[in-house]
Amino acid sequence: MFNNLSDKLDKALHVLKGHGSITEVNVAETLKEVRRALLDADVNFKIAKQFTTTVKEKALGQNVLTTLQPGQLMVKIVKDELTQLMGGDAEGINLSGTPTVILMSGLQGSGKTTFSGKLANYLKTKKTKKPLLVACDIYRPAAINQLHVVGEQIGVEVYSEEGNQDPVAISQNAIKHAKSNGHNIVIVDTAGRLAVDEEMMNEISNIHKAIQPQETLFVVDSMTGQDAVNTAKTFNDILNFDGVVLTKLDGDTRGGAALSIKSVVNKPIKFIGTGEKMEAIDVFYPDRMADRILGMGDVVSLVERA
Amino acid sequence: EKSKTSFFNKLSKAVAGKSKVDDDVLDNLEEILVTSDVGVNTTLKIIERIEERVSNDKYLGTDELNVILREEIAGLLSETNVGEETEFSIPTDKKPYVLMVVGVNGVGKTTTIGKLAHQFNAKGLKVVLGAADTFRAAAIDQLQVWADRVGVPIVKQDMGSDPASVAFDTLQSGVAQDADVIIIDTAGRLHNKVNLMNELTKVKRVMQKVVGDAPHDVLLVLDGSTGQNAFEQAKQFTAATEVTSLAVTKLDGTAKGGVVIGISDQFQIPVKYIGVGEGMEDLQVFNKYEFVDSFFK
Ligand SMILES: Nc1nc2c(ncn2[C@@H]2O[C@H](COP(=O)(O)OP(=O)(O)OP(=O)(O)O)[C@@H](O)[C@H]2O)c(=O)[nH]1
Ligand SMILES: Nc1nc2c(ncn2[C@@H]2O[C@H](COP(=O)(O)OP(=O)(O)OP(=O)(O)O)[C@@H](O)[C@H]2O)c(=O)[nH]1
Ligand SMILES: [Mg+2]
Ligand SMILES: [Mg+2]
Repeated sequence: MFNNLSDKLDKALHVLKGHGSITEVNVAETLKEVRRALLDADVNFKIAKQFTTTVKEKALGQNVLTTLQPGQLMVKIVKDELTQLMGGDAEGINLSGTPTVILMSGLQGSGKTTFSGKLANYLKTKKTKKPLLVACDIYRPAAINQLHVVGEQIGVEVYSEEGNQDPVAISQNAIKHAKSNGHNIVIVDTAGRLAVDEEMMNEISNIHKAIQPQETLFVVDSMTGQDAVNTAKTFNDILNFDGVVLTKLDGDTRGGAALSIKSVVNKPIKFIGTGEKMEAIDVFYPDRMADRILGMGDVVSLVERA
Repeated sequence: EKSKTSFFNKLSKAVAGKSKVDDDVLDNLEEILVTSDVGVNTTLKIIERIEERVSNDKYLGTDELNVILREEIAGLLSETNVGEETEFSIPTDKKPYVLMVVGVNGVGKTTTIGKLAHQFNAKGLKVVLGAADTFRAAAIDQLQVWADRVGVPIVKQDMGSDPASVAFDTLQSGVAQDADVIIIDTAGRLHNKVNLMNELTKVKRVMQKVVGDAPHDVLLVLDGSTGQNAFEQAKQFTAATEVTSLAVTKLDGTAKGGVVIGISDQFQIPVKYIGVGEGMEDLQVFNKYEFVDSFFK
């Protein structure tokens, strides 16, 4: 895939080389390849289209400085635009509550339970907080157990109520428990749910209303394809979440879903997950993500060759 | 339904009595396919096929068009996907029939195993499960819940023990119990992690000490909402374990899972099952025509 893309862009950039300025005609092929690169990276169809249109508008008529090849200029425009879209500076997490309540949400298997543990560990070790993990997934087999194992690994207390079938009540009881036991952070893990599952979306909406979290995080698998926009939009409509967590970035996915989600809900991506271990958490860097989506390492090196 | 009808209407208008399809319509088809995660390469391949058919068999009617579109897309799915299979079945000449389930993290391996165990068990087959995910928090407990739910035995060791050893034990126990089907759960692993992929190769090798030609089926589970990265998953898991079939999960949502078309085409691996929910009954035998139709709904 990488080679293919490089070859294509190489060809496309060759067309631009030797022209004094970028015109509708000479840029067309390059834009087609950029759009294709975005689609191969799983950027949503409509967003990829919009993106290339914006890039074209920015590029048209720009004179190519003597030091810059037209191809280089295009790469710069694409990268700048992508970075800007991915969000400015890394945004932190709001810890102003007493206790601070953080609600996890997302599809099945996206990495909510693992990330709950990672975040608790991060806040405990890096911010000297005293977190409480709360098990509100009453559906998935052994979900409560999983959170307990995670809690044990990082030395963080886990609140659960075996047999209680009401996640709203569990989350409320957990906050009472946190208050009377000196926890200043409460992280509520929830069951995975599909955006089209009305009953389950109502449930998380009710949890959200009942506990009024300072931070609601939408956890999404970075390998997600075109559907990322639908899911992100519905979760955002219902929860108006504060930030996004992008998991499993230790894989080799390009992660175009990040751009799609950012474009659709315009919420900051706050953290990334980079492994299964509790330490595998990092803050989000927009420019690195932009590089990743376009395989910019390749593109830059090929422009240098040109 | 609405977009489906209107798409087919447009397609027929654009093609009826002509030997070439309008660009607008092809753009529309491109959008439908790409947003179903079919991917650019495979989408272009499909469009080429349609164009070829249209220029060969001129003057097509509406009914034929519908058929052609379905046929050309479904035609890319591995030939072994006849698309008429409706039963959960296993070959009768292998006993025990050993099934190993692999895939990246969180795609639905353990859940699919629970559902499969239920299907086989309901047909009166004796099923034994092996908990060879000894890594993920509470993975063994999760499979245990499924085993209890279905009412089948499970072979397990402690967390952190060697997965190959669990698989070995499971096969020994399965043979001793005269099992018909043995299903081995494995830990989720990203395909770019060399050590973890080697571990999988080892699990497979160790099983062969008990049952010479095991595993008879290596089922790669793909999350239906995954995009183009699924290609790389199929490639790397095939390299490590010679994947013989695919399952696509989570198709009860809005994701279409179109990436499997290109995968099935390129690697010639049939799609066997689709997951459509979290319950025991929510597994279906793959039907390629229904699958393709879902893109246009
Ligand atoms: N490689 C890798 N694996 C991850 C990461 N985050 C989570 N996982 C794995 O992904 C799988 C699913 O993670 P969970 O935390 O159980 O996901 P979940 O969203 O809680 O799942 P449900 O509760 O079933 O909806 C597990 O195997 C995790 O170990 C990550 O950043 N990298
Ligand atoms: N909606 C829906 N959810 C599913 C389906 N299959 C699995 N799930 C859910 O997806 C999540 C992950 O499923 P698991 O079976 O634990 O996935 P896994 O591949 O075994 O995960 P790891 O062992 O952590 O790699 C769970 O919440 C399941 O209930 C499906 O077909 N539809
Ligand atoms: Mg969970
Ligand atoms: Mg599992």
